[in-house]
Amino acid sequence: MPPLVEQLKGGLDAPICLTWELTYACNLACIHCLSSSGRRDPRELTGDECKAFIDELARLQVFYVNIGGGEPTIRPDFFEIVEHSVAQGVGVKFSTNGSQIDPVAARRLAGSNYIDVQISIDGANAFTNDAVRGVGSFATARRAMDNLAAANFGQFKISVVVTRENVDQLDDFEALALGYGAELRLTRLRPAGRGADSWDRLHPTNGQQRELYRWLVARPHVLTGDSFFHLSALGEALPGLNLCGAGRIVCLIDPVGDVYACPFVLHDDFKAGSVRDAGGFTSVWRESQLFLELRQPQSAGACASCGSFDSCQGGCMAAKFFTGLPLDGPDPECVWGNADEALALVGAKPSPGPGHSKPTPVALSRR
Amino acid sequence: MDSHAAYRLHPQVALRPEPFGALAYHYGNRKLVFLKTPTMVALVRSLADHGSLAEAFKAAAIPPSKHASYERALADLEASEIICAAAR
Ligand code: SF4
Ligand code: SF4
Repeated sequence: MPPLVEQLKGGLDAPICLTWELTYACNLACIHCLSSSGRRDPRELTGDECKAFIDELARLQVFYVNIGGGEPTIRPDFFEIVEHSVAQGVGVKFSTNGSQIDPVAARRLAGSNYIDVQISIDGANAFTNDAVRGVGSFATARRAMDNLAAANFGQFKISVVVTRENVDQLDDFEALALGYGAELRLTRLRPAGRGADSWDRLHPTNGQQRELYRWLVARPHVLTGDSFFHLSALGEALPGLNLCGAGRIVCLIDPVGDVYACPFVLHDDFKAGSVRDAGGFTSVWRESQLFLELRQPQSAGACASCGSFDSCQGGCMAAKFFTGLPLDGPDPECVWGNADEALALVGAKPSPGPGHSKPTPVALSRR
Repeated sequence: MDSHAAYRLHPQVALRPEPFGALAYHYGNRKLVFLKTPTMVALVRSLADHGSLAEAFKAAAIPPSKHASYERALADLEASEIICAAAR
């Protein structure tokens, strides 16, 4: 019998890690937003369609969904959707900027055992955070955390995208989480959505990546959603499956019901179908051409001769795609610098996917 | 593991069949665990039907030479609360 990881690469009957963006509407305009969110899309799934989709997930025994957006709590039927999901045995983990988590909402959330809340911040202080997420967003997030704590929600998560600007605040994030009895979750900045424009100046330097790796190795309790496995090339593997799960164990449902291989590849090239298609999500997951292809053995390309390939697997497909690199070569943040030359030679990068940024240009003041 | 003790699937755990075996998810502690062979899945499902682990091994036709390795795997499942001791 082949090892588990090889079997996972061949795909599962249903995803393990399904992200569902409920709406493209958002009251913030973070400069690294992976889904270029801002305005609601008029074609977004209706409340009834959302419930039917949840029922399908329950039949597939998807144990939980990761709900995001946009800002999911902006949907007027947000609680209705979440509570329907929990009632069907599909637990909910949702990411929010915290703006709608007032004391009443915090108490309502605390009433369910199957809802996990992730509050996003991108700096351990207002100065660093608000430069990315907008003025006042740090105070808003802290207020939501205070409200959850006051409602005895229990352990929530504080979710941080690691950037060049905040990577020296890891200890501060940890202390903040500890103060609330919360879990810290760190994820990787990917050049997706608006992140494609800010990636060059926000992604950690190679020196910072090494620091981050050492920090994470010493803290297996810090959650990462498996996002830093390209750093495992530096030595001992980080906890997790250490593989690209796109279309194999991971997928994304966007607000209009389109199914993509992963949350970080909102692009036509990685669109497998729609939950509105005749066979529903089930046949997109099991039969779409794209997903079947992603489950075939992938070539290691230029990484084949690298001694770190077993642990690093060539890194993240989305990061390569949006930086214009070949998918079967090194990750743009290859710790051995094996992508640097190719990166310097990249001509045209792929166009970003569906954009829902607000039309008014956001002031990208930095410092 | 105590081979004379009885075990069962934890009441908050759901199993989802997969080509390699099954996924086990604990709704309480949110742990997701892979049951890597069909035999393991059948064994875990059958625990509650038997008065002891030894009986469950026998019913699942698991040879004595493999008991130790199954017990180690079951101990991991117990640590994650995928299975638990059954009241007699
Ligand atoms: S494309 Fe990148 S983010 Fe998406 S599943 Fe693969 S490694 Fe993860
Ligand atoms: S060359 Fe490829 S496999 Fe080796 S460390 Fe870089 S990205 Fe990873």
